[in-house]
Amino acid sequence: MAQLSYRDAVAAGIAQEMRRDQRVVLFGEDIAAAEGVFKTTVGLLEEFGPRRVRDTPISELAILGAAMGAAMTGLKPVAEIMFSDFLACCWDYVANQIAKTRYMSDGQVSIPLVIRTANGAGVRFGAQHSQSVENWAMAVPGLKVVAPSNAADAKGLLAAAIRDPDPVLFFEHKGLLAGKAEVPDGEHVEPLGQAKVLRRGNDVTLIALAAMVPCALKAADALVREGIAATVVDVRCLVPLDARTLLAEAARTGRVFTVEENPRLCGWGAEIASIIHEECFSALKQPVVRITTPHVPLPAADRLEDSVLPSPERVASEVRRALGK
Amino acid sequence: MSTTKNAAAQALAGDADIPAAQRLALYRMQYVIRVCEKRAHDLFLQNLVKGTTHLAHGQEAVAAGFAAAMNPDDYSFCTYRGHHHTLARGVGMLPVLGELMGRQCGLMKGKGGSMHLTSVEHGVMGSYAIVGAHLAIAAGAAWSAQYRGTQQVAAAFFGDGATNIGAFHESLNLAAVWKLPVVFVCENNRYMEYTPIREVTAVEHPAADRAAGYGLPRIVIDGNDADVVYRTAREVFAKARAGGGPSLVECLTYRHGGHSRADPAKYRPKEEVEAWMKRDPIVLYRARLLAAGVAEAQLAAIEAETMRTLDEATEQAKGSPPPALESALTDVWADGGASWRN
Repeated sequence: MAQLSYRDAVAAGIAQEMRRDQRVVLFGEDIAAAEGVFKTTVGLLEEFGPRRVRDTPISELAILGAAMGAAMTGLKPVAEIMFSDFLACCWDYVANQIAKTRYMSDGQVSIPLVIRTANGAGVRFGAQHSQSVENWAMAVPGLKVVAPSNAADAKGLLAAAIRDPDPVLFFEHKGLLAGKAEVPDGEHVEPLGQAKVLRRGNDVTLIALAAMVPCALKAADALVREGIAATVVDVRCLVPLDARTLLAEAARTGRVFTVEENPRLCGWGAEIASIIHEECFSALKQPVVRITTPHVPLPAADRLEDSVLPSPERVASEVRRALGK
Repeated sequence: MSTTKNAAAQALAGDADIPAAQRLALYRMQYVIRVCEKRAHDLFLQNLVKGTTHLAHGQEAVAAGFAAAMNPDDYSFCTYRGHHHTLARGVGMLPVLGELMGRQCGLMKGKGGSMHLTSVEHGVMGSYAIVGAHLAIAAGAAWSAQYRGTQQVAAAFFGDGATNIGAFHESLNLAAVWKLPVVFVCENNRYMEYTPIREVTAVEHPAADRAAGYGLPRIVIDGNDADVVYRTAREVFAKARAGGGPSLVECLTYRHGGHSRADPAKYRPKEEVEAWMKRDPIVLYRARLLAAGVAEAQLAAIEAETMRTLDEATEQAKGSPPPALESALTDVWADGGASWRN
């Protein structure tokens, strides 16, 4: 096991797949010579050369369109959209073209590609460079949606995404990039569609994704000192969704909290809460509680941004409130 | 480069560069497209084609000319007005009409419809209904061909209206910078949908006048002359295969009908319509073949055979069952299914 930062794990995942499959190509804005504005592609141009690691103009439409055309005709492109907010520039490709063409063509066309993008808040970039938009992608049939919370998953899930025969949106959280964790040596692939139970407690179940996972873990640490034992589940993939694990962990405690960075309306927690209410209602001791960002654009100032994002303190206080403590 | 001049010179110099069999094939394909589009229109009036159709009658020469110059493994990327390019690559009338009618025999078994005709085995990599989107997708296919070291070329066909959308400009720039083997073909039929293109565009030639911005030559051709189109297509494909990068070709043509089924096209001046109807590509090409010595009976035989095939296809499509209901829930994913959870 080696200690790797999340950003180095992203590069390691791409490199692992580029070594084993010549069809894998990487491109995006400032990803080659500059090695990525978030330094998630360090060393890749040097190892794989300009034919496989290419800088593009600031042309999100061309980037995703080209990725799709290349994927349809035998390559396995990994395209970077620098900030996930910029997906709004090229949403036609995501939602209309890449997601739907297999279906519309009656299965004639395969689009095995990965769209990597820096997602999420906490770095004071303001409303157009901080959003968590994985819920946008989740709403479109035909897209797989992955959002790792740690370095090991960043590598393993990215490798699985690149191997996957379907289009995958891969959300790398900006707030997690510097965080280090143990990453297995050698080839590392984590299957898509499996949630992970990170700790078990019998009182409450916290369901979280990406940067909300460490947030939920911190809340669980605080709660355990007060005698409240929390289960923490990392959803990891929104599509395919490991509903079975989520339902099992919900039923075990009967008290479920989703911890989401999405703004309130139609955040991913709403879908999960709906599934839990419909399918294990009798096991619940209380309605599922959604802990989200309020329905506002994200403010830039640190004091304001911190006030709207779910924090360990807010998660712990919501749990206490639900338990009447 | 002066493709326009070259083509004109060749037309004057004679027809030796296009073999007789090729010219008959060009005529046949234009005729196939014309009658198939008319049949689609009739079937719509009988409520057998649902939704909408965007017909390309009047623009047959562009499709026939380009397809004739393509290799079987080249890629075509079409728009929602794409029946003509689909037929031109060799897709049968039955799967096309069947798809328009939402039948099991349809090209995509009713899952795509008129605006999304796709036949990968014929190199028809899809018909795209969001204006301009497929230019970038074609560029990506061309990049893939370049990367894999094949001699394949991608062609993206689009209307004049697409020249004012961002994807047009992003695609041309990327294709030029990466020297991709892609040919962008603008069918300038003078109307973006209902509005004349000149009223909403800063330059006279919506595609060609933008070419310089991407370091590409200005190419404007007569899109109603299948020979001119075919010669131009051969040139630009050869350039792409030789590593010379992309081309942008503006073909001047005319839509004989409205934008879609909902549009009777009353906004077009009568004189303009009349002038263009005199330049009907099929009438012109037929006359040229006759003048070149092709027997009337030979053309009549092509026409009769095409009509027989069309009538058979129509009846077969009418007799084809609707798609199985289960198919609505297939092929979202590569595993063939639609499941998003366990």
